[in-house]
Amino acid sequence: MSSMLLSTMRGCSVSPSWAVRLGNSSLSESYCLTLLSVQTKSKKTLARPGVKNVVLVEGVRTPFLLSGTTYADLMPHDLARAALQGLLQRTGLPKDAVDYIIYGTVIQEVKTTSILRHNINQRTLGAGFSDKIPAHTVTMACISSNQAMTSGVGLIAAGQCDSIVAGGVEFMSDVPIRHSRKMRKTMLSLSRAKTLGQRLGLIGSIRMAHLSPELPAVAEFSTAETMGHSADRLAAAFGVSRVEQDEFAVRSHTLAKKAQDAGLLQDVISFKVPGRDIVSKDNGIRVSSMEQMGKLKAAFIKPHGTVTAANSSFLTDGASAVLIMSEEKALAMGYKPKAYLRDFVYVSQDPKDQLLLGPTYGTPKVLERAGLTMSDIDVFEFHEAFAGQIMANLKAMDSDWFGQTYLGKKSKVGTPPMEKFNLWGGSLSLGHPFGATGCRLVTTVAHRLQKEGGQYGLLAACAAGGQGHAMVIEAYPQ
Amino acid sequence: THTFYEVKGDVAVVRINDPNSKVNTLSIQMQKEMAEVMDEVWANDAVKSAVLISSKPGCFIAGADINMIQSCNSADEVTTLSQEGQKMFERIEKSPKPIVAAINGSCLGGGLEFAIACQYRIATKSKKTVLGTPEVMLGLLPGAGGTQRLPKMVGLPSAFDMMLTGRNIRADKAKKMGLVNQLVDPLGPGLKSPEERTIDYLEEVAIEYARGIVNKKIPIRKEKGRMEKIQDYVMSFEFVRNQIYKTVHSKVMKQSKGLYPAPLKIIECVKTGVEQGPVAGYLSESQNFGQLARTSESGALIGLYHGQVACKKNHYGVPQREVKTLAILGAGLMGAGVAQVTVDKGVHTVLKDTTVSGLARGEQQVYKGLNDKTKKRNITSFQRDSILSGLTGQLDYSGFEKVDMVIEAVFEDIHIKHAVLKEVEAVVSPHCIFASNTSALPIKDIAAASKRPDKVIGMHYFSPVDKMQLLEIITTDQTSKDTTASAVAVGLKQGKVIIVVGDGPGFYTTRCLAPMLAEAVRVLQEGVDPKKLDALTTSFGFPVGAATLADEVGIDVAAHVAEDLGKAFGSRFGGGNVEVLKTMVDLGFKGRKSGKGCYIYQPGLKTKEVNPDIGDVLEQFRMTPNPAVSSDSDVQYRLVSRFVNEAVLCLQEGILKNPLEGDIGAVFGLGFPPCLGGPFRFVDSFGADKLVEKMRRFEAVYGNQFTPCQLLLDHAKDSSKKFHK
Repeated sequence: MSSMLLSTMRGCSVSPSWAVRLGNSSLSESYCLTLLSVQTKSKKTLARPGVKNVVLVEGVRTPFLLSGTTYADLMPHDLARAALQGLLQRTGLPKDAVDYIIYGTVIQEVKTTSILRHNINQRTLGAGFSDKIPAHTVTMACISSNQAMTSGVGLIAAGQCDSIVAGGVEFMSDVPIRHSRKMRKTMLSLSRAKTLGQRLGLIGSIRMAHLSPELPAVAEFSTAETMGHSADRLAAAFGVSRVEQDEFAVRSHTLAKKAQDAGLLQDVISFKVPGRDIVSKDNGIRVSSMEQMGKLKAAFIKPHGTVTAANSSFLTDGASAVLIMSEEKALAMGYKPKAYLRDFVYVSQDPKDQLLLGPTYGTPKVLERAGLTMSDIDVFEFHEAFAGQIMANLKAMDSDWFGQTYLGKKSKVGTPPMEKFNLWGGSLSLGHPFGATGCRLVTTVAHRLQKEGGQYGLLAACAAGGQGHAMVIEAYPQ
Repeated sequence: THTFYEVKGDVAVVRINDPNSKVNTLSIQMQKEMAEVMDEVWANDAVKSAVLISSKPGCFIAGADINMIQSCNSADEVTTLSQEGQKMFERIEKSPKPIVAAINGSCLGGGLEFAIACQYRIATKSKKTVLGTPEVMLGLLPGAGGTQRLPKMVGLPSAFDMMLTGRNIRADKAKKMGLVNQLVDPLGPGLKSPEERTIDYLEEVAIEYARGIVNKKIPIRKEKGRMEKIQDYVMSFEFVRNQIYKTVHSKVMKQSKGLYPAPLKIIECVKTGVEQGPVAGYLSESQNFGQLARTSESGALIGLYHGQVACKKNHYGVPQREVKTLAILGAGLMGAGVAQVTVDKGVHTVLKDTTVSGLARGEQQVYKGLNDKTKKRNITSFQRDSILSGLTGQLDYSGFEKVDMVIEAVFEDIHIKHAVLKEVEAVVSPHCIFASNTSALPIKDIAAASKRPDKVIGMHYFSPVDKMQLLEIITTDQTSKDTTASAVAVGLKQGKVIIVVGDGPGFYTTRCLAPMLAEAVRVLQEGVDPKKLDALTTSFGFPVGAATLADEVGIDVAAHVAEDLGKAFGSRFGGGNVEVLKTMVDLGFKGRKSGKGCYIYQPGLKTKEVNPDIGDVLEQFRMTPNPAVSSDSDVQYRLVSRFVNEAVLCLQEGILKNPLEGDIGAVFGLGFPPCLGGPFRFVDSFGADKLVEKMRRFEAVYGNQFTPCQLLLDHAKDSSKKFHK
């Protein structure tokens, strides 16, 4: 009975949203029209009848730090809590105004994730959210927080929720290192052993081999190849030279430094680390000369490989969070949204030879969905796993042969112009906490659209398992 | 042109590409052009180093040109060939400009000898990249410096292992052994196809290394590790080396029974080189190479090699439909074996049995087969799992309408075969082929129950299916050509060597084996111990002794076949008393599968003892041997001549299309001595007249079981008649 009542109420709430949306779309058109004389940009809105408008209200992140630095003594949920708290503070959101929380992470801390409820409590209650808010963790490798956000978009679009907090965390300063399978088996048997004799027998069966631990590796399960190794092969397959990679890495660091100095990275919140100082800046940005870059030895394919520590993203600790809402809810609560989250796609391909080509596959697909072309996009934010991976993707998108043979296109996809591409740095320089990067990309696109006055942004990312994600974001009328 | 070079900066890239073949071989033409190109490279002052690379995706150099060796008329001529090769590679080895061999694909025999003469080797980590010295398998030895350079490069034990087994070594193993200096990963698609781009990349990396060697940035010899230093120290003692020669020699003698001259010559060449220096070593190598090339063993093994290549082709055209789903009826040893070799080739495989326990056993067999491959690191556990997802186990015929081919491996009983044939035809689509994996029942008798006999064919696999290379395909007068083409295509996909034979009781293989086994039973009845019988057969060159073979095949199967074929062919298939086998079966001595047969089999034990109870059985059927035909040699020829005579008769009757398939079938399916090259090559080399003479002597004692067939008599009369030209 109550559920019926609820659905009727939901039904009611749809009609005002229609009104708002229609009103809004006409508003944005008039906005375009008014700007026409100024900007010569006349782009239609991507709003579609029958599809709810979902907006990004706010996005924050902790500073991204090299793992093993200031965050070293924390736990993953401490970082997550910092990001979530930061979001609450910045938005002034009432603690019970969130319908659902979705959080992304890759390497799961056994203590907090083995029992889901416990895990979520650690993060969300600790951050000051109401204990009435359900939450879950998602994992999809480097696009975990992308998945957290799009799951939220799905819940809003389906009319199930109006207000979602999504985010992600990765904490590489401490990763769970397991006992070997043999040892685990012995220990589990030990807990079931009833007599002293049985226990002693089991303890006596422990050999040296039992004691060697299992370390988590950034390696594909299906191919046992580490990602850096795959990136090196990918770069070689597309003929990306060492110099090209180093140049791109230097560009990323230079742009990040500029953005940091100019105060453009507004999504970063200050975080008082328990027992340490207040951290308020990313610490991985290092502008090096090409000569310094060239001195490094190959990190994965030795000695003739081209991927080095300096042209790869580094192991990072960090957390991010975003508040996404249905447009009418945001407006009703008096928020000024930053952007619309529009079409998105997930893609998947061969995890061996095309592991990191997600952006090449995702970009044309999401553009097609949105009815846009490459030239319509004002802001590009691609996840920089490796400089070689970015260059390989750019070359793949620029190749007629690749477009025809692997993407089923008549010709090449075309490449994003570099003057619109990752202008505030990227994962290479800012860092890449696997589970948190997606939210950083979305927030950065939104902020860049506001700052640069563009209308459409596109983000794309690759992930382990040969997966990829791409999303189109539209600026919210100012 | 086979070879040409281009200069990239200061590096000459020498490309090998035989325009007339899929693989590169060191033919006379290739060697000549290579010498010319190298002379130019050495003379060109702009060139500081060279890279040697093949333009063919799956092949560096597959070896020397066998035809070149075979067309020589004397041992001296072959020795000269070998010496020319040695000289050529000596110049490469002493090249003032470093030469980097960039290896992608097979690098075998002469190809490997070429590569190890170069200053540096880089290989792709591709599955297609294999290095090895397979000469021994052709009854030869590495005749272009291999026996001299390999021991220096990888040490005596590894060098002996490589040259005496002829096995292929994958790139990563070769790196560990020190056979190659550096590995390059195969690439995925980029701006070109993976194959093309990988070769380009290999070349780029090799050029980089060639420059590095010239600039002294890359050492040609890597620092030796502690273990290697210890090994070198140990090897510096003559008595240690002598011990190795002795051990290897006795091992070879034990395995080859002294029937194969090549392994012994290899040991000799290595020993000469190490103990007496390179001059004596190279001389010994070239002379022994010349001698070996003229031996009948080498001729036989090379004949088998050619035969194997011929039997890996589909001579029946492209089938109208590719078999995408294959169903196997019966999840026994055979059925599951066929499933294993099918599903791992990406064909959707349905395994059907009548009982849950039978199906579970069969599926476990397939799993175990694949899991063993993961343990050996041939495939990853992920590949194993994804392969297994292509296997469906079931107890009913659901989904059979989508099946393109059914192979039945149910119990050998014509009534059961008819029953399943009818059940299958009731559910499958019209294009589906029905293949029977019978070992003796005539296919036309099975097809008699079919509504569409053109779709019925025999596919006779050999146990264990994943190890035995042969597939005997049996066609009846009614089998359509497309059905045959499809069966051959499936067999080739399964990696089989295929002979296609005519229909008849026992087809070809079983029919040849039956008289030999009948003779073996008689020999046992005459009081020869199973161990002695085994020794007699293995010393003739059979890899498995006759008594052990009977145990492996199954005494019950042997009894069944002996009885069936005895009925079909009459007294010619007599000899031993079938009752011996039947009594054994009644006592539960069914061979290895029941734990007892001629021998007793205990799990975990490698040595097997003669079944003590078998003496009583044989005593019951004791026969008195005739001393005139009971010497060891006579017993051997009694066994072999019946085999050979039946094989020739199969050719005479048209069951066999040609002697080549007969040889391949006998060697790969039944273990006929490979050094003899098969029954037909054996007749050619032994002399039909001499064989007939022996048979006449046996005939006088035992009767028509030894009557030579007409074709054999024709060959005996005219010594110019040969089965193999």
